Parts: sequence; structure tokens; C-alpha cells
Amino acid sequence: MSEVKIFVPAPDRSPPSNTLGPVAWLRENLFGSISSSIATLLFFYLCFSYLPPFVDWAFIKANWTGTDRSVCEANAAGACWTFINVRLEQILFGLYFASKPEELWRPTLIFVLFFALLLPLLFERTPGKKWLSIALLGVFPVVFYFVVYGGSFGIPQSNTTQWGGFLLTFALAFVGILLALPIGILLALGRRSEMPVIRSICVIYIEFWRGTPLITILFMASVMLPLFFPAGVEFDKVVRAMIGITMFQSAYTAEAVRGGLAAIPKGQAEAAMALGLGYWRRTVLITLPQALKISIPSIVNTFIALFKDTSLVSIIGLLDLLNMAQTAARSVEWKGYDIEGYLFAGFIYWAFCYGMSRYSQNLEHKLDTNRRN
Amino acid sequence: MTTDIHMASAELGDTIIKIDELNKWYGQFHVLKDINLDVKRGERIVICGPSGSGKSTLIRCINRLETHQEGSIVVDGIELTEDTKHINEIRREVGMVFQHFNLFPHLTVLENCTLAPIWVRKAPKREAEETAMRYLERVKIPEQANKYPGQLSGGQQQRVAIARSLCMNPRVMLFDEPTSALDPEMIAEVLDVMVGLAEDGMTMLCVTHEMGFARKVANRVIFMDGGQIVEQNEPEEFFNNPQNDRTELFLSQILQH
Repeated sequence: MSEVKIFVPAPDRSPPSNTLGPVAWLRENLFGSISSSIATLLFFYLCFSYLPPFVDWAFIKANWTGTDRSVCEANAAGACWTFINVRLEQILFGLYFASKPEELWRPTLIFVLFFALLLPLLFERTPGKKWLSIALLGVFPVVFYFVVYGGSFGIPQSNTTQWGGFLLTFALAFVGILLALPIGILLALGRRSEMPVIRSICVIYIEFWRGTPLITILFMASVMLPLFFPAGVEFDKVVRAMIGITMFQSAYTAEAVRGGLAAIPKGQAEAAMALGLGYWRRTVLITLPQALKISIPSIVNTFIALFKDTSLVSIIGLLDLLNMAQTAARSVEWKGYDIEGYLFAGFIYWAFCYGMSRYSQNLEHKLDTNRRN
Repeated sequence: MTTDIHMASAELGDTIIKIDELNKWYGQFHVLKDINLDVKRGERIVICGPSGSGKSTLIRCINRLETHQEGSIVVDGIELTEDTKHINEIRREVGMVFQHFNLFPHLTVLENCTLAPIWVRKAPKREAEETAMRYLERVKIPEQANKYPGQLSGGQQQRVAIARSLCMNPRVMLFDEPTSALDPEMIAEVLDVMVGLAEDGMTMLCVTHEMGFARKVANRVIFMDGGQIVEQNEPEEFFNNPQNDRTELFLSQILQH
């Protein structure tokens, strides 16, 4: 009788030393092959030849102070941020608030409130996140209406046709995103419905709004819509733009959500059914959370696109951030400083879009329950 | 142990599932043909047959994951019709375990188990959690309660799926090939849990090819082919003395290796 051998696992050893450390990293990632080395060198060459002159112009030699163009004309080698500085209120808050210094507190308060509510939400350990979210999504828009639009509580009513700058961009994008998400979710569910009538309605809605350029929708909302109302009935231009943007955006959001719903295995709904959960509970508790998680990147993608597309409202004579920067740069006092205006507007767009993008990546990572431990 | 289970089979209760002249089509394809089946309370039935024979479809009709076109299914006195209220009443009392587990990946193991008791049975959260922990202990994984399904092995996931069904305190359990997606080393741990359930007198319908399990716990083995029940018998008779040549061929093929 031979004895049974006892299995003893071999101990783990550390990897060879030439695969660790910064030199190994450089060799592997930047100079791994001839083409990779050429790409690396080309990249550094371009950085060194284009970056320093730009930094020089935009920061080192730039003009920051002063109240008129004489400062910038005296030092033409640097960027003229003086222009942005002087016209900041106009570019951020639009003509109505820029022309009334005593009303400037209104948009200022709104943005302070917005960031005060938003920033704590970005940190994982903030207590009472639920209430902050409710305040941001439910209470904040109401405050926005009463403070920025005014007309009650002794706050003078502002003229929406003179809304503009970043305030307008923000209002259009915020309303578009806030309303398009729930409408889009319902449309996506409707498009997957087993009831043919509901499905057809949703398909027609989505395909109609998705197949029409936003610029056309805005133009129609501005020019065509008044024709359907009796003479004398005025429909606010900004509200019309908001409705058009929401309709358009909800179709895109619906398709993003539908993609997520389609990716959920059928077994998930079946398991929920087998436990006795009805349609709405099944949807709200099981399929939708998983579908939304999958579609975060594409939903945020449509939000980012919307944020930038709001500049199309110039077609109906509204001056958003981009158009306001352009308008300011074409004024008699600051003629010729378009580049600074565009760069500033571009930077604000970029900061917000990048913020949204980072937040979505963060959220994806946080919701990923498949990583081990 | 085996004898204990079989002795109990002599004293089975009243009929809990009654299937009468059941017919189902997928479009033109006639998938279930004139199925008649009575299941007594406490009975343990194993259904086997080649793939495409309609065995999964049959048990999926019992909780109406599939609709039938002809015949009737009565579960615990309630007939399955279009009526959503009746369907949900039956689903509450009939637990189901799937081949691919179908755990909810965005919820923890504990949340998977408490979801239906809380939302369907309206159980208080505390009570639902206590029940869930009791069943997780029974399937021998209480220590995994706060992990997500994606962090567990297949065998562990299937045991959670069984616990999740048990938390609804069902009168009947349906198993749809519960071990077919598992690695060989994990099959035993799932079958052990199922044997334990059988010993406690649970009414069970299992679609499975685990013939050892069938011999050990079944009161009746049903062989299906082409959407029909070809043969049914007590396990000893079924395996040792098949009455139909189709059954004989099937058994010779699966018991060959």
C-alpha cells in the first residue's frame, strides 16, 4: 500500500526586478517599439515648440488690470484679460443685470447657492446627501425663478429677452437636463412596452425629435409657434427655447436609457416576476437602477452635448455665454479682442463639461458592484 | 436518510398543482402537448429529458413566466389566467431557482433576500433581515450577507438564490436546471441544500439531469420528449425498469459515462 501524497501549494515569488520601477515603466509605455518611440518624441517636440509661446502670451505677458483698452494697446504681446475683467458681469449675467448694479446680487446669489449645494454632493462622506439633492433638484429651480425672474416679494421682474451670458446658458441647460431625464426614462420604458399603442407613440416622438436638428426646433419654436396662438398672446422666448430643448433632449436621453435597458439580461425581470413583484416595482427596483448605471456614460454624453448646444439659441436672438462674449468683443470699446472672449467662454464650457465627465466616471466606479472586494 | 424521505412519500397531502390538458405553442411550434400533471403537497418531482423537450417551459408555465394557450393550471386553488392579481398571488407562493441564478447584481446578498418580503409581503425591514439571515445560515453562507453577488462563486450564488426564494416562505419550489451552469466542485454544495429542503417536506419540481439526486429524493421521475410526458414512475422503477424505448435510450445515454 503506497501512502497518499499531501498537496502543498508552492509559495508565491515576486516578479523579476527588471519589470518594476520607473525605467521599466518608461521602456514599456513610452519607448516600447520604434513607432511608439517616434510618437513619444514627436509629442514632446510639439509640446516644447507650442506650449511656451502660448503660456507666455496667455499668462506671463498678459494684461490683467486696468479699465480700458489703452493698457492692452501699450502691451500688445500679451493677452488682454482686462477686457474680460471689465465686461465680466455682462458675459456671466447678461445685459439686464449688467446694466443694473443694484440687481447684481440676484444672479450672484443663485450661483453661490448652486455651488454651495453642488460641491458637498461631490464628496463621498457628506451627511444628508438625500436632502441636498432634493434641495438642488427641487428647491433650487424655484428659488431661481423667484430670484432671477422676480416679479414677487418686492423683487422687480427681469426682462427675459435681456437674459444672457452664462446665466442663460446655465438656465437652459439645467432645465433641459432636469426635465429630460425623467421624460426620457418614461419614453425609454414606453418604447419597450408590450402595449403597441404606447410603444408607437414613444417611437414616433423619439424619432421625430431625434431626426430634427435643434437649430430647426428652436427656429420653429420662435417663428412658427406664435402663428398657432391668437394674436396678442405672447409666449416668453426663453420658455419657448426651454420647451424646445427639453423635447429634443428627452428623445436623446430616452435612447441612451433604452440602450441600458436592452443590456439587462431577461433573467433579471424574470427573477423579479417569480418573486411576485409587479411591473413598476420590478422596473424601479431591479431593471432601471441597473440600466441607468450602464447608460451613465451615454446619458452624460448627451448632457454635455446639450450644454454646448445651448449656444444655438443665438438663432432666436438670445445671447448666451458664447454670443455674449462675442458681442462684448465687438463693442466699440473692445473691438479686436475676440480671441480672449472666445477663450474665456471656451474655458467655462470646458470646465463644466469636464466636471460632468469626471463626476460620471466617479459615479460609474462607485456603482460598480462587480469588482471583487 | 434516503429511506426516511421515501417513507414520507406514503403520506402525501392534497393536490397543490393541477395541470389539465395543457397545450402551448411558440408561434407555429407546438412546444407542450396535452400535459396532465397532478402534484401533491410535499411531493418531489424530477423532470428530465433531452434539450428542447419542453421541460423548462412546463415548469415556467406554473408561475406564468410562460403563457399557455389551451388547458388549465390551478395552483393552490387559484387558476392561472390573464388576471395579473391572480398571477402575482401565485408567484408569491411559488419560489423559483434559475439555471443562471439571476441574482440582482446591484444589491447585496442580504438585500437580494429581503427585497421581495419587504416590497411584496410588506414585512418590516428588521423582520425581513432576520428571516433572510436564518435562511442564509441554512444555505451555509451567512458570512457573505453584505457582499455583492459578483463577489461570490457560482455555487455560493446559487445557494443565495435558493435562500432568496425561501425568504418568501413559498409552498412550492421550482428548480430550472439549478446545477447546469456550475463547476463540478460546486454542484455538490447546491444539491446538499436541495436535499435538505426535501427532507423538510418542501414540495419541489426540479428540472435536472442529476440522476443521483433524483434517486435520492424524488417521489416521481418524469421523462419528457417532444413536448409530451413520455413516462413517469417512482425512481427505482424508472431507472431499473423503463417502460418506453425512448426513456431507455435517454437513460443509456446519460448514464453511460
